[in-house]
Amino acid sequence: MNVGDAIPELKTTPDRYLTVRYAGASGDFNPIHIDEEFAKQVGLPGRILHGLWTMAQVARAQTEAGGGPQALRRLAVQFRGMGVPEAELEVTGEVRELRGDIAVIEARAVQNGSAIIRNAEAEVRLPTIHG
Amino acid sequence: MNTDAVGRTYPPTVYVVGREKIKEYALAVGETNPLHLDPEAARAAGFRDVVAPPMFCVVYSSASIGPAIFDPEVGIDFAMLVHGAQEFVWGPLVVAGDEITTTVSVRSIEQRAGNGVYVFESRSVNQGGETVCTGTWTNIVRGAAA
Repeated sequence: MNVGDAIPELKTTPDRYLTVRYAGASGDFNPIHIDEEFAKQVGLPGRILHGLWTMAQVARAQTEAGGGPQALRRLAVQFRGMGVPEAELEVTGEVRELRGDIAVIEARAVQNGSAIIRNAEAEVRLPTIHG
Repeated sequence: MNTDAVGRTYPPTVYVVGREKIKEYALAVGETNPLHLDPEAARAAGFRDVVAPPMFCVVYSSASIGPAIFDPEVGIDFAMLVHGAQEFVWGPLVVAGDEITTTVSVRSIEQRAGNGVYVFESRSVNQGGETVCTGTWTNIVRGAAA
């Protein structure tokens, strides 16, 4: 990886029941994620994605770029707007800086044309080359 | 707004990491790396058992975060709550069988642009005393600046 290089793009489309599976897997059963009527009652367009699921997609783009879970040392994100099921999410990122064996990657997650995670900054340990 | 809770630390919680829970979480977030799903693949790579994806930290720290954000003295209005930002810093990987102790504290309660900004910190330590993850959880309560 060099400064300016893009990491491989990650594309995923959360299906209709993803938020239910993620609620069970994560323990976050906030009804805004799993109950369409409740979500509408509190002024949302419908059930929304868990922000931490979306953050996990940004994390996965880094671990896939870095060669495995051990590569990801730090990830900081800002949440904006709302993610929704049944629409493609795209994670992109570029190397902004190299600090020794750590690549600092700036990333974002975009759905329906808007960044629902922006200003994400990841520190990814580059794989050691064994010669 | 009430800032009395700043600096408060809540009792630690212990989470025992299970192989099937890692698999359930990994599948829910779309992981395909066999280190998370297949004990044989994990052992072949030198791990004792399947490896938790980094973001599995939300699972082992959630029992500790709950009492902090529900603390009446912190006073978060849940109807107006949005998750503003999140940061995690990771140490050694977590594998099935680990026992993770997480401690949460209130770092700051501030008003910013008419909103309340509540920042919590979590620190998760494994059975060997190594810090496996620290988290900074920023919650924004709209209109809570009164």
